[in-house]
Amino acid sequence: MESESKRKKESPNTAELAVTASFPDEVLEIVLSLLTSHRDRSSVSLVCKDWYRAERWSRTQVFIGNCYSVSPEILTRRFPNIRSVTLKGKPRFSDFNLVPPNWGADIHAWLVAFAAKYPFLEELRLKRMAVSDESLEFLASNFPNFKLLSLLSCDGFSTDGLAAIATHCKNLTELDIQENGIEDSSGSWLSCFPESFTSLEVLNFANLTSEVNTDALERLVSRCKSLKVLKVNKSISLEQLQRLLVRAPQLEELGTGSFLQDLTARPYADLESAFNNCKNIHTLSGLWEAVPLYLPALYNSCANLTFLNLSYTALQSGEFAKLVVHCPRLRRLWVLDTVEDKGLEAVGSNCPLLEELRVFPADPFDEEIIHGVTEEGFVAVSFGCRRLHYVLYFCRQMTNAAVATIVQNCPNFTHFRLCIMTPGLPDYLTNEPMDEAFGAVVKTCSKLQRLSVSGLLTDLTFEYIGKYAKNLETLSVAFAGRSDRGMQCVLEGCPKLRKLEIRDCPFGNEALLSGLEKYESMRSLWMSACNVTMNACRRLAKQMPRLNVEVMKEDGSDDSQADKVYIYRTVAGPRRDAPPSVLTL
Amino acid sequence: MEKSGLNLKATELRLGLPGSESPERGSDKNGNAAVILSLKSFVGSGAKRVFCDATDADAKWVFSVSEAAAGRLFSPRGGGSSNNNNNNHGKVHVGSDSGLGGPVLEDGNGACVAAQSPKPVMMVQDKKSHEIAPSKAQVVGWPPIRSYRKNTMSSQSSKNDDDSEAKLGLGCLYVKVSMDGAPYLRKVDLKTYSSYIDLSSALEKMFSCFTIVSGQCSSHNVPSRDGLSESRLMDLLHGSEYVLTYEDKDGDWMLVGDVPWEMFTDSCRRLRIMKSSDAIGLAPRAMEKCKNRN
Repeated sequence: MESESKRKKESPNTAELAVTASFPDEVLEIVLSLLTSHRDRSSVSLVCKDWYRAERWSRTQVFIGNCYSVSPEILTRRFPNIRSVTLKGKPRFSDFNLVPPNWGADIHAWLVAFAAKYPFLEELRLKRMAVSDESLEFLASNFPNFKLLSLLSCDGFSTDGLAAIATHCKNLTELDIQENGIEDSSGSWLSCFPESFTSLEVLNFANLTSEVNTDALERLVSRCKSLKVLKVNKSISLEQLQRLLVRAPQLEELGTGSFLQDLTARPYADLESAFNNCKNIHTLSGLWEAVPLYLPALYNSCANLTFLNLSYTALQSGEFAKLVVHCPRLRRLWVLDTVEDKGLEAVGSNCPLLEELRVFPADPFDEEIIHGVTEEGFVAVSFGCRRLHYVLYFCRQMTNAAVATIVQNCPNFTHFRLCIMTPGLPDYLTNEPMDEAFGAVVKTCSKLQRLSVSGLLTDLTFEYIGKYAKNLETLSVAFAGRSDRGMQCVLEGCPKLRKLEIRDCPFGNEALLSGLEKYESMRSLWMSACNVTMNACRRLAKQMPRLNVEVMKEDGSDDSQADKVYIYRTVAGPRRDAPPSVLTL
Repeated sequence: MEKSGLNLKATELRLGLPGSESPERGSDKNGNAAVILSLKSFVGSGAKRVFCDATDADAKWVFSVSEAAAGRLFSPRGGGSSNNNNNNHGKVHVGSDSGLGGPVLEDGNGACVAAQSPKPVMMVQDKKSHEIAPSKAQVVGWPPIRSYRKNTMSSQSSKNDDDSEAKLGLGCLYVKVSMDGAPYLRKVDLKTYSSYIDLSSALEKMFSCFTIVSGQCSSHNVPSRDGLSESRLMDLLHGSEYVLTYEDKDGDWMLVGDVPWEMFTDSCRRLRIMKSSDAIGLAPRAMEKCKNRN
């Protein structure tokens, strides 16, 4: 066979010959096309040239965790058949205003490359990218098969861009707009979906504020029979919601609009029956301005809920407890700290299957109002929910003992993100640092992948992390540590570390320069408001050509200090689109 | 109004930006500083019971619920402790031990606290020292909350420095609730309640050491919503140790319950749980005002 003889010429090794001869490229490609995990695919591509080739031809989805680690040209050259792209842009701390505007991560150059090389692109998922209306218009016009657009924490576009998508993407199945810096000028974009358009399966515009045309929305929902996910925004009232539910009983995920409205008895009964009719809802969110009076309409729906997102709903502990009694199958729960410890106790008592808990602060900056959750709530949940493995917890006080109890109850944490909101706060009972708390976490939770630390911490915390957190991939540190030794322990001790983000810590040049090769095995390092100098960064840049070392200078700061440093590995070389405030060394 | 050393402002917990002067507070008769001990929260019937036990059993108690001579202090749940780790040294302790808990006596204007479990003393600023840890709002990007969430939550309860103004947001009506003797304020969203009964029982839960409804310590029952009619509630309110009052649009203090609920939510700017003895003059004014309106 031709392909066999071709391979004989290329691989002189007879043993290899025997193997590859019985395994044609086509079969290999089919086999590999079944591989979906990106990491598996990366491993596969390293086996040998044949496998590399087969893998690149068979890959249809690509995930790029740092858009500057590779260029559009390199990507399109290696993978000719991509249908789905996920791109992440700015460093995570840009969510908290630590990154200067116009930093970069513009999607446009990518779209231009995709238009040329991937005209059949179907899916685009963007996180922390700069997206303009022009880019959205370009996207809408150049990809006839385009199906899925997901924008999370992006900025730079307006509802005009969405209008372009709605108008031109005839095969759209998913439009998911979340938590973006979007200029929301009007809700008329929703009316741009043509009457002939029926393919929508996912529509999430919960975070927009402008009113949409509710008739248009109703018609859209009616004709899209495959609609599974509908998350509307605040402007949709309860009565309007009821009409939507009636038209889409097949919904699986629902984001309600405003739950505040004066309903008389009849509309309330209609609402309740509409909810009861949607027997497939497993995810519920929205509930903007929820008045406890109407929550009982949800009770029957709650029986099948696996994910409840109340993170924009200020419920008090009593009303929340009444609701959560009806949610025995809950696996993921996001709440505001207005539910207080009592609310969390109710969670512990009623949700034995809970795997993920996120508690957000309702008033993070208001110091007059002292409520929220304490260590008690967290402990209560840990006693009742032994399967808990993901937690994000904002609180105002914590103790080492409480955390030790929590991880003893729940040793399977993969994500432990604890934010004690006052920087540098010790254990409020013993006045000691919180070292032992995080020590307990890393010692007990061997599967830990992601850790965010807070409170008063010495280098001991980092010694623990370096010694025990062998599966740790992401570490976030703020206002912690005593000396370079802390950071060094982490860099030396955590073999799987990929992302390290540090702010306001006393780590300096020695710590920075102890990383070197380590940084090539990581996605990125962020250090801001630490003790790192420009010279050290220059030295690092010089010694490690495959890293991009970028320094963001702040106005009026000392020239020799590197205020914000962002270091990442790349095969694309230094980027050329950095704004003046970002220096590439 | 009789002011038996009661000074709300002095006991109000306020934290400001670093370097800011704390607002002038008139000192009470004895010039004592406010003392707070961090305590376990009293919310919940269990805690209520503990308080009663302490009241009955502990001879150190100066007064009990029904015999309050002056403002009583209880602590927040140890939260907001931005001023405790570095700044304890600047604070005045009155009659306390090392600050790790234990019952505290205060003479003079009679602030007294029960310590249920040992916790570090958390001081409210006294009249002299203004040491305040950096306000959280000062640190860029901390706490780490996405801008989107920050903007959304703040528009739901927009910030307002003026004490007496209610915080209006999209469909929310936050008003501050203070209680005589309590060192900190709570905030409630009036829109989440549909009647006086709802509001009253919610407030009672929030400030549950000090029952609004009954002067006696009633640890075994929480009055059910269903069981109370509006008139009975008003009776209880009027007969109790404390009354619920509010400051209206015009700045006048009125008794809660005199006007229809909707009119109340429209005009209420601030709530105050006041000692009945201090509220004697209120009722007639409220009625008159109502008449004038009609």
